[in-house]
Amino acid sequence: MVTLEARGLTVALGGREVVRGVSARLEGGTLVGVLGPNGAGKSTLVRSLVGLIPPAAGRVLLDGADMGTMGRAAAARAIAYLPQGQVLHWPVSVERLVALGRLPHLAPLSRAGAADRAAVGRAMERAEVAHLGHRVATELSGGERARVLLARALAVEAPVLIADEPLASLDPEHQLHGMELMREEADAGRLVLAVLHDLGLAARFCDRVLVLDGGLLVADGAPADVLTPELMARVYRVRTEGGVPVERVR
Amino acid sequence: MGPRTYSRRLWPALILATVAAALLSVAVGSTAIGPARVLAALAGHGDPVVRAIVVELRVPRALLGLMVGAMLGLSGAALQGYLRNPLAEPSVLGASNGAALGAVAALYFGLADAHPVVLPLLAIGGALASLLLLFALAGRSESALTLILAGIAVATLAGAGISLALNLSPNPFAAMEITSWLLGSLEDRSFAHVALALPPVLVGAALLAWDGRALDALTLGEDGAAALGVRLDRTRLRLLLGVGIGVGGAVAVSGAIGFVGLIVPHLVRPLTDRSPSALLWPSAVAGAALLSLADAAVRVIPTSSELKLGVVTAFLGVPVFLVHLLRERRLW
Repeated sequence: MVTLEARGLTVALGGREVVRGVSARLEGGTLVGVLGPNGAGKSTLVRSLVGLIPPAAGRVLLDGADMGTMGRAAAARAIAYLPQGQVLHWPVSVERLVALGRLPHLAPLSRAGAADRAAVGRAMERAEVAHLGHRVATELSGGERARVLLARALAVEAPVLIADEPLASLDPEHQLHGMELMREEADAGRLVLAVLHDLGLAARFCDRVLVLDGGLLVADGAPADVLTPELMARVYRVRTEGGVPVERVR
Repeated sequence: MGPRTYSRRLWPALILATVAAALLSVAVGSTAIGPARVLAALAGHGDPVVRAIVVELRVPRALLGLMVGAMLGLSGAALQGYLRNPLAEPSVLGASNGAALGAVAALYFGLADAHPVVLPLLAIGGALASLLLLFALAGRSESALTLILAGIAVATLAGAGISLALNLSPNPFAAMEITSWLLGSLEDRSFAHVALALPPVLVGAALLAWDGRALDALTLGEDGAAALGVRLDRTRLRLLLGVGIGVGGAVAVSGAIGFVGLIVPHLVRPLTDRSPSALLWPSAVAGAALLSLADAAVRVIPTSSELKLGVVTAFLGVPVFLVHLLRERRLW
């Protein structure tokens, strides 16, 4: 099964080290939550794992091979990435948008084939957006849009799926649906890494959580072991009762 | 999926329009020649004077109209896709004026006399320099406003440079030449001009047509495209060279003709699936048709001296800006 490993990964943005010395070995078949307060470096960490920002120090290894030496196309086939707050620049149809997920698989000058169309269809079915196929993607509701973008990432059918806040702007039902989908992906042998803010959902669905604070990996393990009241007070600066934040810690 | 179902209706219409526009461009001119005599001249028969007018004046002019229009339409579509901005096009972004400045520098400082390729080379250099300046000014901003402001700055600077160069030159017709370069014209062109512009236009078009898929991926922004395997640095380089070489070569023979690259993608987009790649070749063909029609119009409209092409395309370009303005205001 696929492995994605950060070794002493330090990432700098504009000269400032946003992620510092993160080491973690992630394996296929698991759903991993990336947690932490705003500005902890979660998005920067996942962007670096996708290969979008070269490390300032350390390495990212995909199946033991350095991502830095891997071609962009090979990396794109191996890792599907759903960015945070995805902006859509052209009013294309939902089907056309989801089909963008097949770009890494197309040989130069070739058209999308039957296998690609099937993958697009599967992704749309699973994200429950098949009925939206001919709608204009920029005219959807926030929730529909989020599911369409998730379908776009699923259409890559890559062994690794990295999603940055895929549940933002979803109602509770669709948040659950989103988590269930990622759970299914993991159960099918894929590695799913998701930046999450809902600690309850993370605790319930994730096999493992990575907690970042100030760019450092401060906790790594099963949610039940990691998400303790002490950690909540230290990292999120809130006091919790039964896992629910009730008061700020000053 | 998408593109093919649309293109079935789109392509016959585009090709028909382009052939009609090209025939019209050969049929009209300051000398009235009936269609039958034009056809006879094209076939190599009839009056030798008529034959000379049709074959040596009108045919190269029509060919240049098709070539320059296609290059401007394709550049507009590619720039809009790459910059994710429906107002991007070579003249709005200053590339056309930059190319015209290079051409003017070659002509009026005697450099063009050294060798025929100096003129298109300097025009290409001017277009590339203005694009580099544009990207330096606009940075990596995705804001439409930043880009348009940077484009206005570059275009104005290059336009002022053209006026300055022509004022400094000893040419007594400088004032008239300024308008030719800033508004564009295909008056009195020959097959030598066709031969000069064709290679850079072909190279530019090939570079721009390469990246359709990358432009589609950019619908998801730069991170989204990079995660789909797009090498953004290479795409940017091909786009820069494609627009620089293609528009530089076109402007070297026609002057800076505005708005073709703006109007054409807007007309074509609703007839496609609206993805940037589906727009590239249709915009090239539609650009060829539009500029041929505009060039026929300047010869038909009765004025004391022939109208400049940019005057006609500017009249057509304003409604596109108005549509955008109205859409923006509805949002407020």
